[in-house]
Amino acid sequence: MKDFTILVGGQAGQGSRKAGLVIAKILNNLGYRIFIYDDYQSLIKGGHSFSKVRASFKKVLSQEEEVNFLLALDEETLKRHLKEIKDDKFIIFNADKIKSEKGIGINIETIAKEEGGSPIMANTAIISAFAKMVGIDFSLLKNVFEKEFKKGLDINLKIAERVYGEVEEKIKIEKLENKPLPLITGNEALALGAVKAGLEMYYAYPMTPATSILHFLAERKLGVETIQLENEISVIIAAIGSAYAGKRSMVGTSGGGFALMTEGISLATISETPVVIVNSQRSGPATGVPTYSGQSDLNFVLNAGHGDIVKFTIAPSNADECYYWGGKILNLAFKYQTPAVLLIDKEISESTFNLEIKEDVSKEEALLSGKGEDYKRYEFSENGISPLAFPGKEAIVKATSYEHDEFGLTAEESEEEIVLMQEKRLRKFEAMQEEVDNMENAINVYGKKDSKNVLFTFGSSTGPVVEVAEKFDLKVIQLVVLEPFPELQVLEEIENAEQIICVEQNALGQLSSLLAKNGIEANELILKYSSRVFQKQEIEDLLKEII
Amino acid sequence: MNKLDTNYKNTWCPFCGNFGILVAFKRAIENEDLNKIVLTSGIGCHAKIVDYLNLSSFYSLHGRSIPAAEGIKLANPELKVVAFTGDGDSLNEGISHLIHAAKRNTDITVILHNNRLFALTTGQFTAASEDNFKGRSTPMGAPESPINPLELMLASNATFIARSYSGNIKHLEETIKKAMDHKGFSIIEVIEPCVSFFNVTDFYNKNTYTIEENNLTEREEALKKIREWNYEGEGKIPLGVFYKIDKAPYFERVLIAKKEETVEEVLEDLI
Repeated sequence: MKDFTILVGGQAGQGSRKAGLVIAKILNNLGYRIFIYDDYQSLIKGGHSFSKVRASFKKVLSQEEEVNFLLALDEETLKRHLKEIKDDKFIIFNADKIKSEKGIGINIETIAKEEGGSPIMANTAIISAFAKMVGIDFSLLKNVFEKEFKKGLDINLKIAERVYGEVEEKIKIEKLENKPLPLITGNEALALGAVKAGLEMYYAYPMTPATSILHFLAERKLGVETIQLENEISVIIAAIGSAYAGKRSMVGTSGGGFALMTEGISLATISETPVVIVNSQRSGPATGVPTYSGQSDLNFVLNAGHGDIVKFTIAPSNADECYYWGGKILNLAFKYQTPAVLLIDKEISESTFNLEIKEDVSKEEALLSGKGEDYKRYEFSENGISPLAFPGKEAIVKATSYEHDEFGLTAEESEEEIVLMQEKRLRKFEAMQEEVDNMENAINVYGKKDSKNVLFTFGSSTGPVVEVAEKFDLKVIQLVVLEPFPELQVLEEIENAEQIICVEQNALGQLSSLLAKNGIEANELILKYSSRVFQKQEIEDLLKEII
Repeated sequence: MNKLDTNYKNTWCPFCGNFGILVAFKRAIENEDLNKIVLTSGIGCHAKIVDYLNLSSFYSLHGRSIPAAEGIKLANPELKVVAFTGDGDSLNEGISHLIHAAKRNTDITVILHNNRLFALTTGQFTAASEDNFKGRSTPMGAPESPINPLELMLASNATFIARSYSGNIKHLEETIKKAMDHKGFSIIEVIEPCVSFFNVTDFYNKNTYTIEENNLTEREEALKKIREWNYEGEGKIPLGVFYKIDKAPYFERVLIAKKEETVEEVLEDLI
């Protein structure tokens, strides 16, 4: 087997996610490239949760519909996913909870109990049963357990050992030559990238699917202060306050929280305060489908904030890109003293990828002022960027939400003053556009480069779209930087295009609107708005109707 | 020109209570290290004060003086951060921030300019306006009673609570000094007349009195003093520090990040 998928599922609280991660780590150690999709509902106990672990000989960025191994901790898992399994003999189920004629039943809860463990340790038992079934050495299992189960390791090992002895090997998974790589979610990757670029403070109010950025930074000892405040408004304003006082600050939320933060985008724009906002989308409007994915915040994010605003909006599509852009965007925010939005979605935030760092990021210093008493926060300059100084030393630093003069005092009376300051910001917006014009990775191009059929996509839709396009010799343009729009790069790539198709996860075709605004008309749209991500087969079927 | 002044033209109405606050504040900080002071303001008549003071400042949005101040303090705890705000600003738009900043014991000084109405928008009722207040949005009288902001602050676990009056500059100056010396969250409610829309200068001059500041750690006593005046058009109005206790400031408790691992080490750990 070169590319296979394991589905492990149960009720929330049964530990299916952990089981999926441990299995992924075992396969990672055997040289497989991993993609884990985690599916759960908005509840704490009960319901139905599952993880789909895809393991492949080559790098993969999307899930497969078909399942090769089904590990069921409860009956619902078996009922729901039976139709997805390729071969019945590769089912392992919890015989304490389920009666089934198909697959192998093991009394995993009884075993867990008999070995002195709690019912949740049944997930250990099912990992071990799978490992034996596919011929994985117990020593490897043990190594991974030692790292993953710091508490109750002995009992977990006893359970694993017993189950390992009771199951038959049915197929042998080969060890590959690849070196194992870190297994990381998009949220964790962007946090690490930001740390590389000097992140010092992270403010947040809990909101799925951005919450794990806060958890990760709070648990790890990377030197980042993590601060939870009373609502998203205080989160963005306090982060702006911290940035004004000299600290590299970032916030994270989803659409609803982002809506509350929009006054902050306006404030950061006029006060020229650098701040990075992560918006991890889920399906909207309003609460929508809170634990599933979507790409329907695009229009809103691009237009967020009242007044004349250009900011950076950047949409990475996987962990590698999250790592790079998580750092790069913080540098850009400080270079241009501007708000910047990292736009991702649930599928990217919470799926687990192998991280491969192709280009590392590091902290790039902002333009700093050496002036003391004669400092002017908004000093006019050719490119609109005024050197930064922070309060606490000799310079008097006056930042403001009002239109202002160079010193930072309110400008209301003089039309001329108002125009001069607006034009200073316009020059800065132009410099930001130039920055994007010169970026090699503002877009990514995949598939058959000279194909007349061009698929436009962004964010988490990219993974499945690229796999399908490669199969059918189509060209894919993934927009990474969305604002300022990378017009030069895009126009060059569509010179010979005859058909332009947008593939995106929303109901209105918001990516196609962005293209239209920039003079590019899409001929066809492939949309999905069920809150579940694209399956390759779905894209394939719809493409066949178009091409 | 005083070194604390900017050359910015003052646009407050003649005899506005804010002049008293400006003068008292300038006197209160005379002996402070001015480089370490940062001001924030929301939006409203109170907020113009930052344009008149030649000090570092963040002129924030309506209701957001306090979260801006909190972010500045957390970024650099060496700074002395003073958040100017108004009743519309922090009892209406940004009341949640006021409550939580007090609850957290954020080490900032909040100067609440309480003129008991929205003035800059030409006289509508706020949470501090008296019951039945007749403004342009409520010509028949506001159908709401005022809240007592200091009672709210006591309930929110503020560690320094005081009231002063813009017409008693000496008292205000001394109270600002005490508040800025307090380690933790301090709030001074400064009652002030709005000469254009709610001119109660005579009433305040007649009814305010300073109290003996003793037993400052006694909650019940503080509550009694705080409740003496009910924010309606009658009664005596005590001025002074009502409550003061010692408690670890928020920044000491929340800024606990340790740099003990590198990104590379974390990545190694995730294999």
